[in-house]
Amino acid sequence: MSKRPLGHTPPVPDLRPLTAVERILARTSGSPSVKPGDIVVCAADRAVLLETLFMPNSLNWRDPLVVAAPEQAIVVFDHGVPAPSPAEAGAMTRARTFCERFGIEYVDVGSHGISHQIVAERGLARPGELLLCSDSHTCASGAFNTAARGVGGLEMLQVVVTGGTWFVVQPTVLVELTGALADGVEGKDAFLALASAYGSADNRNLEFSGPGVAALSLHDRRTIATQCAEINAEFVLFPCDATVEDYLADRGVERGSYAPAVADPGAAYDAVWRLDLSTVTPQVATPGAVVGNVIAAADAGDVHLDQCFVGSCANGHLEDFAVAAELLRGRQVARGTRLIVTPASQQVYLAAVRAGHVADIVEAGGVVTPSTCGACFGYHMGVLGDGETCLTASTRNFKGRMGSPEAQVWLGSTRTVVASAIAGRIVDPRELAP
Amino acid sequence: MIVEGRAWCFGDDINSDLLYPQAAFGLPLDEAVRYVFRANRPGWVDEVQPGDIIVGGCNFGMGSARTAGALLRRLGIAACVADSFASLFFRNGVNTGLPVLSCPGISALVAEGDRLRLDLATGIALNLSTGADAEGAALPPELLATLAGGGVLASLERRGLIAPLSSPV
Repeated sequence: MSKRPLGHTPPVPDLRPLTAVERILARTSGSPSVKPGDIVVCAADRAVLLETLFMPNSLNWRDPLVVAAPEQAIVVFDHGVPAPSPAEAGAMTRARTFCERFGIEYVDVGSHGISHQIVAERGLARPGELLLCSDSHTCASGAFNTAARGVGGLEMLQVVVTGGTWFVVQPTVLVELTGALADGVEGKDAFLALASAYGSADNRNLEFSGPGVAALSLHDRRTIATQCAEINAEFVLFPCDATVEDYLADRGVERGSYAPAVADPGAAYDAVWRLDLSTVTPQVATPGAVVGNVIAAADAGDVHLDQCFVGSCANGHLEDFAVAAELLRGRQVARGTRLIVTPASQQVYLAAVRAGHVADIVEAGGVVTPSTCGACFGYHMGVLGDGETCLTASTRNFKGRMGSPEAQVWLGSTRTVVASAIAGRIVDPRELAP
Repeated sequence: MIVEGRAWCFGDDINSDLLYPQAAFGLPLDEAVRYVFRANRPGWVDEVQPGDIIVGGCNFGMGSARTAGALLRRLGIAACVADSFASLFFRNGVNTGLPVLSCPGISALVAEGDRLRLDLATGIALNLSTGADAEGAALPPELLATLAGGGVLASLERRGLIAPLSSPV
C-alpha cells in the first residue's frame, strides 16, 4: 500500500491536521493519521444488531462461533414490532437464543424502539466513538458526535466476530450553520433546504459547525443527522456541546467518560456548505428521492393526500407528538385522509400518553400505532396501496418505499404533515387557520 | 481481476428499494431474486443471463443497507460498473463478492447489449463493441482479495469464525 520509496530513512509521521471524522477513524484504526483515499480497518466501539439479521433465509447471518466483544454489542427488535408474521417472530426467537448464548444484551418487545432511538435513550451513542449498525439511518447518532453509519448486514456479522470492519476514508464537507429556525419550522425543513442548495454529498462526510448548531434542539439535530442518509453522506457529525453533554448526563453518562471528536485547526475540508437557519421555510420533497426534488410546501399545488404519516427514527420523537397534538387539538383529520403516528420507542409512547398527546391525536381521528420501523419502509402499520399518495415525516420517499410501487411518497416536516392531514392536501403549515 | 460480459443499462439514482424491495424480505434467495427491479423494469430477471454486467449512472444503489449484492450475484451478474456508487451498495458489493467498479462517465459510453471488459485492478473499463474506454477507481489489493475470496461469509468461514453452511443454525 505504501507509496514511499524503499531504502530511505524512516518516514516522518504524517502530522496533517485531521477533521473530526478523520480523528475517530484514526483512533479506531490505531493509525497516527489518515487521509482521504486510505482504507482503514476500524474497531467498533458499539455494534447494534437488528432482528432483521435473523430472518429466515437471511443473506447476512451465519451462527458465530466466537463474539469479539459481547459487552459492546446490543440487539434491538425494531423493524417489525410486534411481529407482523411468523417469519419475524421466528427471527426474534433466533436473536434471543444468540444473545443468551453469548451474553449479549437485547431489547425485547415491550422495552423496544427503533434502534437509533434506543441508542439515544440509553446513552449508547457517545461523543468521539464509532457505532455501526445494519441500517442506513444509523447516521442519526451523528447528532451525539458519534461516527455512526449503516453498514451491510453481512458486515455486522463480521463486526460481531472480528470487532471491526473496513472503511475508505472519504473527503469531508464542513456545514456551517448560522441563525435559528423560525417558529413552526423544523429540522426536516433545514435538511431539505440544505439538500435543495447543495444536492448530494456524494459519499463525503458532513461535519456540522457554526453558531447555528447551538440554536438547534437535539431533536432537530437528530432529524437532520438521520436525513443525511438521503443525500448519500458517509459519516455525519455534529459537535459535542452542552446540549449533548446534558442529555447524556441525564442518562448516566458523565462528562469526562468520553472524548469528543474535534477537528484540528487547519483541517482540510473538501467544501464548505452554508445555511442560515433563519431563512428556512417549510419544504417538501416530491416523490422519488430528495436530491433535485425539494420545493416549498406552499408550492406543492393541489395534492390530495390519502395518508399522512409521522414516525420513524427521524421524526417519531416526543417533540413530534407534541407538535401533532398541539395542531390537532380542537381540529379533525380531513375526511378521506388518514393520519398515522408511530412513536420511535416505548419510552416515547409512554411519555406521549402521559402528556395527553395520544388522546389529542386519537380524538382528532388519528391512529397511534406501537413503536416500529413499520410504515416507514412499507412493512406494516400503514402500508400504501396502488395509486395512493402519502405525505410523510419519516425518512425516505423512494418509489415503492411505503408499499405499492404505484404509490406516491412526499416528505415533509411533522408540522407540515399534520397540518396537511387536517387540510386533506399538502399545505404550508403556516396557512392553517387559527 | 478481469470481468467480461453483456451490458444492461439502468441510469441514475437506482435505489436500494428497486434493487431489493421490501416484499422480498425473508424469502428464499431464488424467490427473492424475482423481485429485483420489479418496480422499474418488470420482467428483467427473466432476460438477464449469468455473466451479464449492470451499468449504472450516478449514485447507483443509494438508500438502504439491504444486501442487494447477494441477489445480483444469485442472478449471475458478473459485475456492476457505474458513474458513481452509494457507498453502502459498494461495501455490500465487495462484501458479497460482487465486483464493483466506480467509473465516472461510463454510462455515456455504453449502450444496452454492448460487451464490456472491466479490469478491477487497473480501473479500466473497455467497451469491446465500440472500442471506447474509461478509467475508473482501481480497487486496492485489500478489496480485490476480499472479492477473490468470495466475500465476507466465505472469509469468516475459512477463518473458523462462523458455522459452516451445512451445519444447522
